Amino acid sequence: MNQVPALVRVFAYLSLLTVGGGMAAFPEMKILTVEVHKWLTFLQLIHLYSVGQMAPGPNMMMIVAIGQWAGGILGAVAALFAFFGPTALLAFIVARLWRKLEKWPWRSSIQQGLAPVSIGLLLAGCFTMAKGAIFGVETAAIAVGVLLILLQYKINPALLVLGGAVLGVFSFMPK
Amino acid sequence: MSDAALHPPVETLHGAAPVAHASVAQIFLEFLLIGATSFGGVVPYLRGSLVTKRNWLDDKEFVEMLSISQSLPGLNATNMAVLVGEKLRGALGSIAAITGICLPGAALMYIVGIFYRIHGDHIWITAALKGVAAAAVGLILSTVVGLSKKSLAGKVDFVFIALTVIAVNRLHQSVPRTLIAVGLLAVLFHRPRNKQKESAAQ
Repeated sequence: MNQVPALVRVFAYLSLLTVGGGMAAFPEMKILTVEVHKWLTFLQLIHLYSVGQMAPGPNMMMIVAIGQWAGGILGAVAALFAFFGPTALLAFIVARLWRKLEKWPWRSSIQQGLAPVSIGLLLAGCFTMAKGAIFGVETAAIAVGVLLILLQYKINPALLVLGGAVLGVFSFMPK
Repeated sequence: MSDAALHPPVETLHGAAPVAHASVAQIFLEFLLIGATSFGGVVPYLRGSLVTKRNWLDDKEFVEMLSISQSLPGLNATNMAVLVGEKLRGALGSIAAITGICLPGAALMYIVGIFYRIHGDHIWITAALKGVAAAAVGLILSTVVGLSKKSLAGKVDFVFIALTVIAVNRLHQSVPRTLIAVGLLAVLFHRPRNKQKESAAQ
């Protein structure tokens, strides 16, 4: 069955939810890609997202892999355009409008009001992901360790995710 | 996202804004380079390239564009590409910038996706991925902490954060419904006060 129209619908919708970051759309992404369309499993979604953190560029490029799985190269391209097209158009329009609204008193109200909601959405996405990614002492220790290191030191997060891979091999390889 | 991304130094504008000379091809190549090298979060690389190296933006413009990018749906990286491209060369500049910044990561994840599909159940890889996923959770939490330090206006904002999390995780409300309901509440709470209105009118 041709999955391209469904991919376009799903990722165009998800793109509009990424307020504050890609993670904000994660709970909805889980429902649509895993439960509704069954393009991949929840664990695969977590893995692709996490591996994507080591890739350069915008950090939601894992959507390309989902598109590829569901619909081949056409699916990958469709997912890419659907996920970045709508928000790019919106940013383009707002870029022009926002400058004119500099004196509009509600402008800062909107920014101040959206800040906690977007942080809440990121956190909600994080909890959704943690349900699948944190399942014991080792994984909890890795997550807390990365958090503490990043809060304390200026270190490239991609290196820490890579470090997580090494720790994973040591912790979870069958003896 | 690294710490540098979350705490861009705010500097005042020295004199006039830099005069930007950039062709569409230059914009594309610069963003392609950022897209290929920005491991661990795009924003610090954007600043290094656009402000420091190319002088296409000054720091004040960069911080302003970043704050707009964060308030809009869409990733910071791609929203910044659109805003900077638009400033330099209009619509064509935006298209060149976003295409450039997305292309390397998209190509890489296309290949990674195929590889993972074939070899994802190898014992070494499943073991490594457990660690990678746990590390990614820590990374997102650090982004949440960094953003909270930077962009929250008061203690009440923690109530809005909690409401959002409860709505999505506990009550299983959809993200758009939560965004609209809690967002409206928070924006109304931060509505322009009389003092602000007066200063805006001046």
